[in-house]
Amino acid sequence: MSDNGFEPKIVAFLCNWCTYTGADLAGTSRIQYPPNVRIIRLMCSGSVDPTYVLKALLDGADGVLIGGCHPGDCHYQSGNYKARRRVIALKEILKQAGMEEDRVWLRWISASEGQRFADTVTQMVQYLKEKGPNPMKREWAV
Amino acid sequence: MRARIPVENQDTLAALRGFLKRLLETEAVEAVLVPMETPAGAVTPALVADPALLDAADPLAPVLGLNAARVVGPVTVREPRGRVAAVLRPCEYRALVELVKLQQASLEDLVTVVVDCPGTYTVPDYQKMRANGGVDRAALLAGMRTGDLAPQSGYSFRDACGMCENFAAVAGDIRVELFGADLSAGIPVVLPDDLAGHLGLEAAPEDGRRAEVVDKVTRSRVQARDAVFAEIRGRLEKEGVEGVFAACVRCHNCMTVCPICYCKTCLFKSPVMEHEPMQYMAWARRKGAYRLPADTMLFHLTRLNHMVLSCIGCGLCTDACPADLPVGRVFRAVGQQLQAVFDYVPGRSVEEPLPLITFREDEWSHVGEER
Ligand code: SF4
Ligand code: SF4
Ligand code: FES
Repeated sequence: MSDNGFEPKIVAFLCNWCTYTGADLAGTSRIQYPPNVRIIRLMCSGSVDPTYVLKALLDGADGVLIGGCHPGDCHYQSGNYKARRRVIALKEILKQAGMEEDRVWLRWISASEGQRFADTVTQMVQYLKEKGPNPMKREWAV
Repeated sequence: MRARIPVENQDTLAALRGFLKRLLETEAVEAVLVPMETPAGAVTPALVADPALLDAADPLAPVLGLNAARVVGPVTVREPRGRVAAVLRPCEYRALVELVKLQQASLEDLVTVVVDCPGTYTVPDYQKMRANGGVDRAALLAGMRTGDLAPQSGYSFRDACGMCENFAAVAGDIRVELFGADLSAGIPVVLPDDLAGHLGLEAAPEDGRRAEVVDKVTRSRVQARDAVFAEIRGRLEKEGVEGVFAACVRCHNCMTVCPICYCKTCLFKSPVMEHEPMQYMAWARRKGAYRLPADTMLFHLTRLNHMVLSCIGCGLCTDACPADLPVGRVFRAVGQQLQAVFDYVPGRSVEEPLPLITFREDEWSHVGEER
């Protein structure tokens, strides 16, 4: 699909200690990335309930990014390992339920990886532009 | 060890009641939790302390309106508690195992008595049968002997039972093995040696036909199940959840009867889901229209995320749905896929940790590292 002026909306759930700080670093280092992302800061990727992700998708967000510390680096020891399982379960359920699981991305991005954060957002925006708008945007009966 | 509960005058039910009475009278336990027939003729679990009242016990009543694991929870969950024997169907036992892992029940001081299950009827069907000539239990027992199980004519088993391949008692402290058994020779039962000694039961040889009969029923149930899975997966692929659950009226019955959904305050009944009036306006404007009550698909998808890994397939959700939606079919079909991903079998063992509270550091290591 061509871009057609479509600007995807991404909701990002980022852990306070790594990815959020990474995003902050991208900002303070003036690394350019598209403005399509709305960031929600959580203490840990382990506190992302699948309901938040689902709510965003059902209300028409084009993509959801979940960001946490790399394995081994979670400030609460195991939050990200549990998040990983939860996201795998969520994506499998979305697939089973006939929804587009590839709109949900999980990425480990550390506090020093400002560039990786910017690259991830750029990549995701590009991917979603090619994919097109979330069909749920127009679905009122959900 | 394997023993036989003596049967007199071909009366299987009386023999089982006698067995439960022995458990009480010999003080093996202080109470028995068992389906009882109320004076008005309904069947409900009750915690029975007086052995004389066990004459109303009806562990073979082919009806399921409530998963008894739900009521075992409050009776066992914390100390001090009594020593209790709980008579359960296989799907109730499996639900109990999940509730133990969710810390809503305990197996301490509990003797589980798991009884082979031929399949059950819904509460309304069971009541109808009673009003119109009765429930043919002899036919069910005969069917359990040969493996030719059919519901009473004019009725069908509950939707979940028709596709239940886990109907045999394979776990529990005491297992009552009705499949393949010649009950006139006594009811085959597997129980711990010390308890058998305590009850004065002697070792008896295994009934040769059980495995073969269980196998036969399993094959036909698996066939029925797979047909249902194929149908429901086809629908989900074509219509999505929003198609399959389109007629949902949000009564939350499916969640209320679910033995696994234990949350005292479900997210969907909490203030998190109470929004400001202007919020609804914003949603209506954004999409042009907004389904109310809000968040119906969110409800179903959240429930899938929160409990489908523990879904043991009792199917009470389907029976409880006023809109006649195939809730249990969806949960079983999605559950099978998801349980396979995590190599998890709900209800199998309290030793197997719940997939979403455990992890291994070295699994799925590529996930999240994509460049
Ligand atoms: S779901 Fe299985 S174990 Fe439960 S009542 Fe039906 S046949 Fe029996
Ligand atoms: S029981 Fe049926 S109508 Fe009620 S909430 Fe569940 S799916 Fe919806
Ligand atoms: S604190 Fe960053 S993932 Fe747990």
